Amino acid sequence: MPGASAKQPSTRLNWLSRWATMGVLLLVWEIVAGYWLPRGRPELTTLLPPPTAIFKAAIELIGSGELLTHLWQSLRRELIAFAFALAAVPLGIAMGWWKWAHEQLDPIIEILRPIPPIAWIPLSILWLGIGNAQNQFIIFLGIFFPLLINTIQGVKNVEPNLVRAARCLGASEWQILKRVVLPAALPQIFTGIRIGFGVGWMALVAAELVGASSGLGFLINDARSLLKTDVVILGMLTIGVVGLVLDLLIRKIAKRVLPWSLAAQK
Amino acid sequence: MARLVVDGVHKIYPALQAGQDDVIALRDVNFVVEDHEFCCLLGHSGCGKTTLLNIMAGFESTTGGQITLDGTPVGPPHWTRTMVFQDYALFPWLTVERNIGFGLEVKGVPETERARIVAEHVKLVGLAGFETRLPHQLSGGMKQRVAIARALAVDPQVALLDEPFAALDAQNRGLLQDELVRISLATKKTMVLITHSIEEAIKLSDRIVVMTKRPGTVKANIVVDIPRPRSEDDPRVIALKKELRALIADEREVELA
Repeated sequence: MPGASAKQPSTRLNWLSRWATMGVLLLVWEIVAGYWLPRGRPELTTLLPPPTAIFKAAIELIGSGELLTHLWQSLRRELIAFAFALAAVPLGIAMGWWKWAHEQLDPIIEILRPIPPIAWIPLSILWLGIGNAQNQFIIFLGIFFPLLINTIQGVKNVEPNLVRAARCLGASEWQILKRVVLPAALPQIFTGIRIGFGVGWMALVAAELVGASSGLGFLINDARSLLKTDVVILGMLTIGVVGLVLDLLIRKIAKRVLPWSLAAQK
Repeated sequence: MARLVVDGVHKIYPALQAGQDDVIALRDVNFVVEDHEFCCLLGHSGCGKTTLLNIMAGFESTTGGQITLDGTPVGPPHWTRTMVFQDYALFPWLTVERNIGFGLEVKGVPETERARIVAEHVKLVGLAGFETRLPHQLSGGMKQRVAIARALAVDPQVALLDEPFAALDAQNRGLLQDELVRISLATKKTMVLITHSIEEAIKLSDRIVVMTKRPGTVKANIVVDIPRPRSEDDPRVIALKKELRALIADEREVELA
């Protein structure tokens, strides 16, 4: 097949060109931080370690298991908080489905929602002290509201004829909620999960910066006080990469669980 | 038995703003759909035929008068009166089989019995081999076959069809109309179908109820006893077409006046 063999190098070239800018930036960084700074301004080298030094720190911290321990602590907090935040799904379904539930709860939600999770940190420390519960509470807030808002919207957007069809086929109110409204709202619920995971992940680091003795946020802050800039940057990069991987993972799960919805979006 | 009696039905939508008039959608509508009869409601858009069908299904209520099924006034939606929608309204996350079996599932019909009924209806609408497909993998005509099978699988007394073929291309529409004639003869179900197509009404109906526009009232109630299949060249078909066209054309003049 001449077509396929002709395509092979061009996709490889595409792949290369996609990473070209990043490659050049890393190279410039390496030259500036590794060769220019030590000769010109040696007192600044601790503030900007070259990529190779960060790579070295990564190997060291992965080898000692330190990085993975902190990463696992952070992930565990995110997942536990997510499990609690799933309460937003039944609440959102109720608010999207019953007008009275929306009328009663919406004012409360609308006031609480614009408060950034980070603004809850001082109060949560007073309430829960410093530790896992407080961290998880901050992440919970980050996940809860996007998930709630998207669930409500998903329920409100359910095709009215689907509900009518189920109703005339004999489905009870409960069966309609479970068998029609929930699955029909699932694509939007997944959108809420994706946004929530992102917000939660960001809030997590802030929470750990202030009130934790483990986790990626703690790792960064701890390294700062020891002036280990390479570890600070390594911790930041880990947060970025893991956030991206989580997002890709959720998208992959959504694709697996909701093949019909992706096809409908096309 | 499934005898549907529309008895002096009124439907008035109250004005949305002060100073506007109430909208009279239906005024004193009376007709009877006999057991096993295929009835078409024929009229222009805006004649209240969809409102009437929604009342039959229980999605809306009457302002006056009532609709009875075998003497009992129809209430909220119930599986004895199922609906086929113009936009199919299939559950996109369920396979063909499970869409058709939905009504049986919520009714709690045991699985083996359900499988038997579903298989029977898959065959009835000619979808054998497509049981495990999802709706988005089907053409419009096939989707509507699934919707018809789904509406019939619960063994309703009346099937209500809301312009079921309006979204299909001409070729598929013709094909599905023929299929529906076959299905209605095979199942002997009482059916009420909404259409604005004279040809469709003639092809399908035992009875054609012609409706006027705003307010919707019954203009003519015609029993069609031409044997099926009905050829377009049949002089009785041609005469009926002429009659219906005249009835409908009158309506257009009302609109222009």
